[in-house]
Amino acid sequence: MSRIGLRLIFLGLGFCLSQAALAELRIEITKGQGEAVPIAVVPFGYQGSGEEPYDLAEVVAADLARTGRFAPVPESDMLQKPTTGAEIDFGDWRIIDTEVVIVGRVTESFSNDFLIEFRVFDVFRAEQLLGFRLKSNQANMRRTAHRISDMIYEELTGIKGIASTRIAYVNVTGKGKAEKFRLIVADADGENASTMMESKQPIMSPAWSPDGRKLAYVSFENNQSQVWVQIVRTGARTRVSARKGVNSAPAWSPDGRLLALTLSKGDGNLDIYTLRVATKRVKKLTTWPSIETEPNWSTDGKQIYFTSDRSGGPQIYRISADGGRADRITFEGPYNARPRLSPDGKQIGVVHNDRGNYRIAVVDIERAYTRVLTDGSLDESPSFAPNGEVLIFASRSGGRGYLTVVSVDGRFEQRIAATEGDVREPAWSPFPLN
Amino acid sequence: MNNWKLLAPLCVLLVAGCTAPSGTETDDGVYGDDGSGVGTSGIDGGADGSAIPIGDDRDTIVMNERIVYFAFDSSDVDDASINLLRQHGGYLSDNPGEKVRLEGHADERGSREYNIGLGERRSVAVQSVLLAQGATASQLSTVSFGEERPANSASNENAWAQNRRVEIVYER
Repeated sequence: MSRIGLRLIFLGLGFCLSQAALAELRIEITKGQGEAVPIAVVPFGYQGSGEEPYDLAEVVAADLARTGRFAPVPESDMLQKPTTGAEIDFGDWRIIDTEVVIVGRVTESFSNDFLIEFRVFDVFRAEQLLGFRLKSNQANMRRTAHRISDMIYEELTGIKGIASTRIAYVNVTGKGKAEKFRLIVADADGENASTMMESKQPIMSPAWSPDGRKLAYVSFENNQSQVWVQIVRTGARTRVSARKGVNSAPAWSPDGRLLALTLSKGDGNLDIYTLRVATKRVKKLTTWPSIETEPNWSTDGKQIYFTSDRSGGPQIYRISADGGRADRITFEGPYNARPRLSPDGKQIGVVHNDRGNYRIAVVDIERAYTRVLTDGSLDESPSFAPNGEVLIFASRSGGRGYLTVVSVDGRFEQRIAATEGDVREPAWSPFPLN
Repeated sequence: MNNWKLLAPLCVLLVAGCTAPSGTETDDGVYGDDGSGVGTSGIDGGADGSAIPIGDDRDTIVMNERIVYFAFDSSDVDDASINLLRQHGGYLSDNPGEKVRLEGHADERGSREYNIGLGERRSVAVQSVLLAQGATASQLSTVSFGEERPANSASNENAWAQNRRVEIVYER
């Protein structure tokens, strides 16, 4: 078992209500993948004034380790520390069974401006696979490291990397009158956590807009559930629904113009509606007397998946985004709820009752086949990473709420806990717009 | 069985929430059923019993009881709770200036948003009983907190039974 110890670094991004006293996140790989590829990220060289501005190699190595597909070689095992391709002695890397070597260097061009070049080599073929030069500055070094990780990951696997994505989640600290709910956005590696919203009342169900610029969420200000939309960068927010009764479960349409959400209009019957964000006007989609909630859009925006207990217990159904008849999607087990579409639209992640335990399962929509991914008893709130490789979800054990990232094949797992309080309700951001 | 652990948080709630008028008497003639007829439609077969938390029976002032409990996955108000709600309904009918907020809650199992639905169903079930007992619609409001505000944050059957509830909150 390897442990990635991460410390919070506050970059003072200025879009948050408060960055003081935020609980740190700790990520621990709890289940490894046997066939992880040995990869060496050699410490980058530095030419310039003062100290090296940032340990890029360390961040890149941690990003690659977190994918579960690569096992970074410890620096102490490296027989040489080249910073250019010309300096590499491939024999030295074959001896320690390293398959891929990454070298690079940082050059100060102006004060606080840096040129970064990196190269990726296949050790056995002694061939360069990838080489790039990028510009960055002190404040953006960490982001640049994530970008480099994603370029390397995509080159080596053919799959887009997620090191540059973010995660929204709810952190709950204190008990009774001291209880505090915080909506937090952090980088995918748990760093740069910023509080978007803080309340003594519950905060639920954060949902990223498709462009990654806004978050919709539920808060219980004034003892009433309300749906809000908040701009991540500025913190400015608008209340989009505070109708009588339940206002909950917001989900963005792929074009970002509509929110599907759940309203009860005060009669106790939860139904799915769509809300036009610009006008805040709603349209009712479902009319059954049962609970209809947890809408999630198909990738083409034409259909909405949701939870309904019209058959007794909760199951997943699908309805046209214009309304009409609903088709039942899940049939396995007495409880399937909170559907979340995979990015390719072929699977849904759900909360599934597995012999009395609430676990995360992935349902193949076409074949109606259910695969249980997790082994907890109180697992909930699945959310796919935008590359579809992993899911994040919330669990409880030992009286603590924490998050877990699991690969869709269930073989690789890492746990994310806060140093203070519970973490829950994770939502993975889309890819950043570059 | 050690009841004190189970009842301790309940007593705190009862005392802390004590702003309703006192002196209302219990109606002891309404326990027609034996109270075991709680509708359970549990999904796990016998794993979840139908045990419902009850208040301290030395407290004869029913109006001080502000919590209605529910069986697993159920929004059926049992007979004992109907008696309790009759007292509150009568009081609201006699005092049209009074307002209550009915806060519905669920236990932590399963999905959070679906649990919002279960909590709402429960608060609306209590609302219907209060309306039938003489309260008017303008005196009542409902909110569902789902599993977000547990009365007992432990993860066991007793805690879950204490968390499946509607709290009657007099707004002053």
